[in-house]
Amino acid sequence: MSIKVFIPRESTALSLGAHHVALAVSDYSSQHKVDLNLIRNGSRGMFWLEPMVEVETSKGRFAYGPVDVSDVASIMEDITTNLLSTHTQEHRLALGLTEELAYLKKQTRLTFARAGITDPLSLNDYLALDGFSGLHKALAATSQEIVTTVVDSGLRGRGGAAFPTGIKWQTVHDAPSDKKYIVCNADEGDSGTFADRLVMECDPFMLIEGMIIAGLAVGSDEGYIYLRSEYPVADEILQEAIAIATKEGYLGNNICGSGRTFNLEVRLGAEAYICGEETSLLESMEGKRGVVRFKPPLPAIEGFFGKPTVVNNVLSLSAIPYILSQGGQAYQQYGANRSRGTLPFQLAGNVKQGGLIELPFGSTLQSLLNDFSGGTQSERPIRAIQVGGPLGAYLPISKFDISLDYEEFTKASAVLGHGGIVIFDDTVDMLEQARFSMEFCVDESCGKCTPCRIGSTRGVEVIDRIKEDDSRAENMILLSDLCETMINGSLCAMGSMTPIPVISAYKDFPEDFHLPSNNAVLEETNHG
Amino acid sequence: MQLDFSSDLSNVVKIIDTLKHKKGALLPILHQIQREIGYIPLKTIDTIAKKLQQTPAEIHGVISFYHQFRTSQPGEHKIQICRAEACQSRGSRDLEQHAKSHLAIDYRGTTTDKKFSLDSVYCLGNCATGPNVRINDELFGRVSNEKFDRLVSSFETQTKGR
Repeated sequence: MSIKVFIPRESTALSLGAHHVALAVSDYSSQHKVDLNLIRNGSRGMFWLEPMVEVETSKGRFAYGPVDVSDVASIMEDITTNLLSTHTQEHRLALGLTEELAYLKKQTRLTFARAGITDPLSLNDYLALDGFSGLHKALAATSQEIVTTVVDSGLRGRGGAAFPTGIKWQTVHDAPSDKKYIVCNADEGDSGTFADRLVMECDPFMLIEGMIIAGLAVGSDEGYIYLRSEYPVADEILQEAIAIATKEGYLGNNICGSGRTFNLEVRLGAEAYICGEETSLLESMEGKRGVVRFKPPLPAIEGFFGKPTVVNNVLSLSAIPYILSQGGQAYQQYGANRSRGTLPFQLAGNVKQGGLIELPFGSTLQSLLNDFSGGTQSERPIRAIQVGGPLGAYLPISKFDISLDYEEFTKASAVLGHGGIVIFDDTVDMLEQARFSMEFCVDESCGKCTPCRIGSTRGVEVIDRIKEDDSRAENMILLSDLCETMINGSLCAMGSMTPIPVISAYKDFPEDFHLPSNNAVLEETNHG
Repeated sequence: MQLDFSSDLSNVVKIIDTLKHKKGALLPILHQIQREIGYIPLKTIDTIAKKLQQTPAEIHGVISFYHQFRTSQPGEHKIQICRAEACQSRGSRDLEQHAKSHLAIDYRGTTTDKKFSLDSVYCLGNCATGPNVRINDELFGRVSNEKFDRLVSSFETQTKGR
């Protein structure tokens, strides 16, 4: 009987040596005449356990991790002598049945239901776990019925702006045009986020299915995935998945024999954070500098080469197959306030148990930390958490009871964004973090508008003067004025949101700016 | 990697002819040139412009906008260190200093033996297991200063990056 072993081919696992572990498992098996069936699966998203090695048993998959090459022989021995014969295990890296691990059991995985379970490039695995059932429903429905289902689901854009996906689709659906496009924004540039990457590396057919359905909904036969070039593994897997889907008739000129057409292509970015902004992304795809466009016209009316274009984040499009398959209501029943469904949170930074945590909106940051984090990697106390990427606020401990939904974050002048949660311990210097926010904007501004292009440079200079205690009080006023100018005078989120982490740093961590906590300057400033 | 200029140019013409039918073909063309030659030689800009019926200024403007595109020959192995927040929280600021002094170059520099180029990058999407370093197309997590040195010496003996 062959032994079925799973070792991820996902980036985090690879970055920690999964490929070498896989080679060692193969070597061991040929040396010891073990009949091995090695599957390179996706990751379950429990990154502190990577590389995680799983074995199929009659009771389900059994996990070991984190596995080093030097552990392979003893693990293989444990598998062959104990686990598969007597259902016992003695290895120090044995974790138990994967599905029973608390980190997974506490989640609600709708979008990530298959991640880490399947071989990302096995169409059979995908089909066996409900894959393409949403597409078949969509092929049997009218375009308006598809759009209405998405409206009913309450799905809002997962890229950060949280615009209702169904409304966007309706606009493109209603726009008269001989040509329309579906563009997937896979320029996942926010630090602390990796959910898009996990979708593309672990379950690429789901994204492809979501894009085909979007095409059917709005009347588009051509789609693009704008992928950041920092993700070479995702690129490789997506290219292969598209080739397989095309060969098997899910893409191309006759989708599943329906006579409908949808073609899909991956386009690579070139290390420019701003190209995650949808109009800058479209400029880049047109072969230009990624300079932000004025809105209106909205991309839904005039997008890629002037044609009506759906621009959706990877996670928005990946939620679509479930919504079509199970219905808008099934998705809508999860969530809080007007934040419906689930959000794949990404726990990152200085954390012991970092990873992907898909939960319905509405739990609190504190409960997420309690249930999943295991504390900091450095074992020092947490001091600050940046939620929502480099344009998101730094939250102090006193705000950890905040509810994880769009409405509550907006109320708190904070950003839920793409769901990235980056933990810092008590060694963090918040003045340096504020300076970095400005510096990042210097490097990544597209340069179109002055408050962002010049304001960020002045921001770095002003913070440096505060650091050196050069007219500190006056420079604090200058910094808060500058932030206000950037917020109100910038065209896109890059310039208008860069001040958010800066303001949160000096308001909630005034001691790092050598300010008393009741400083008059802070009382006068905006956005309290 | 070091090609004489005439072969660069004929390669470039071939690349453009293969890709120019694509909508918004410039980025795919620039990527392919950099993949094959290692950088985008300034002397190819006129050819690209002519073939795409654009001005050389437009092509130059696009190349200079994107951090990834470069117009000078890089080292054999391209090292990138993530300097975004999640890696900072796990000690990347120290790693940056260490890497610069270990290689004796700053960001955007190339070692005198032309073995390594050093660049920063904002986020490699491996944010729970930083600090992260990318060498060519390979990603490495939890890179301590010692691990960085080990990686550098292991790549030193390899001849060519991807």
